Amino acid sequence: MLMSNPFSELSASISPAIMQAYIILMFLLVVGGTILDMVHKKSAQYFFENAKKAKNRAKQPVGSVVKASIAIQVLANEVLTSGEFCNTRRRISHLLMMYGFIIFVATTVIMIFGYPTPARFTPSILPLLWHIGALMLCVGGYWFWLFIRVDVSAEGLPWYRFERADLFIISLLTTATFGLIWSFTQSLGLDRSSILFLVLFISSSTMLFGGVLWSKFAHMFFKPAAAFQKRVTRADGSRENLPEMADRTNPRDRDRHSMELLKDAPLNMGLGIKRERPNHY
Amino acid sequence: MPTFVYMTRCDGCGHCVDICPSDIMHIDKTHRRAYNIEPDMCWECYSCVKACPQNAIDVRGYADFAPLGHSVRVLREEEKGTIAWKITFRDGREKNFLSPTTTKPWGSAIPKLAELPKPDKEIRDSQLLCFEPENIRFDDGGLHTLKAAGLKLKKGVYY
Repeated sequence: MLMSNPFSELSASISPAIMQAYIILMFLLVVGGTILDMVHKKSAQYFFENAKKAKNRAKQPVGSVVKASIAIQVLANEVLTSGEFCNTRRRISHLLMMYGFIIFVATTVIMIFGYPTPARFTPSILPLLWHIGALMLCVGGYWFWLFIRVDVSAEGLPWYRFERADLFIISLLTTATFGLIWSFTQSLGLDRSSILFLVLFISSSTMLFGGVLWSKFAHMFFKPAAAFQKRVTRADGSRENLPEMADRTNPRDRDRHSMELLKDAPLNMGLGIKRERPNHY
Repeated sequence: MPTFVYMTRCDGCGHCVDICPSDIMHIDKTHRRAYNIEPDMCWECYSCVKACPQNAIDVRGYADFAPLGHSVRVLREEEKGTIAWKITFRDGREKNFLSPTTTKPWGSAIPKLAELPKPDKEIRDSQLLCFEPENIRFDDGGLHTLKAAGLKLKKGVYY
């Protein structure tokens, strides 16, 4: 099962041209959904207005070398390793889902366009990666859905209660789950089950890529820009209008009113709220 | 001044939902971001403002004394034990405050109640609470009043 290309076996009943057309349609739906989402939420307009405001408040100019260095930091920290999450479990789960999704989608596209029929031999690494990607999605996704999701962990709601905001994660999870089950039933030669799970797999992926406007899918495209802007505000001194960071070794801060209470306290006071997970509902 | 959330800064971690004593910080059903569901019921304790790891929550003054255009930003630095407030007025003036949020390392001054001896019948029947009278200094000269301390309320200052 892990080494066989499920799409080339499917070509016996569905033409590769139809599969390729479906992939192109999903791509167009993602592009269209993202543009509609941007227009509807006015996120791009807000982003540029906010950037302009921050620029007006800037205390120092940010040169192109610094901006290039910030771009590299954003790539390494926010984009590749999801460093913006303060919750380590959420970060790991997000990374599993993100890389699982990228591997799953990339291998799907390569197999459907490059090796659509059994006549062209599929390198076994491709179906293996496809299954690993789907498994990573399932591990990260179900961990998030059942334990980490804020509704369950902080609101105290049961895991089976969902709402519109869950459209993205539900369609993502069902796509990966039904994809795996479809491949499994196909490898066992269970024709009826295989057709059923193929239909569920296609319905889920259509909901995932077609529901961009109503889901959080589009956040993937805004995230790097928002992270870049956040780091620029730190570099130019505007710091999103936040107060200056305290320096308890500096007499200017140390001798301020009421700060004398901390005169004999250690410089590192340890963790307060962050000592515990936010699940005291 | 009730609190509000910048949805573009919030990442839906749930710290504000967890800490709000009024249970009015919740997660939006469409965007999966936190918001104050009932500003009128906000106690203005700013627990959410201080707890937010993304600095995504601000406070908004009522229009009668804080007209539009002002901002109140807060930065809580847990490891340093400090909290800083930056008030920007509509005319551009700024006021900055810095205060301690704890005077002892976090978790070092939690009373170890499990290690206390079990209360006997006499203590159970008494009207005193745990750690009384020593923690309210009632065993040190009885009730401490302004008069006993030689102090007076100043009219026009205190009442």
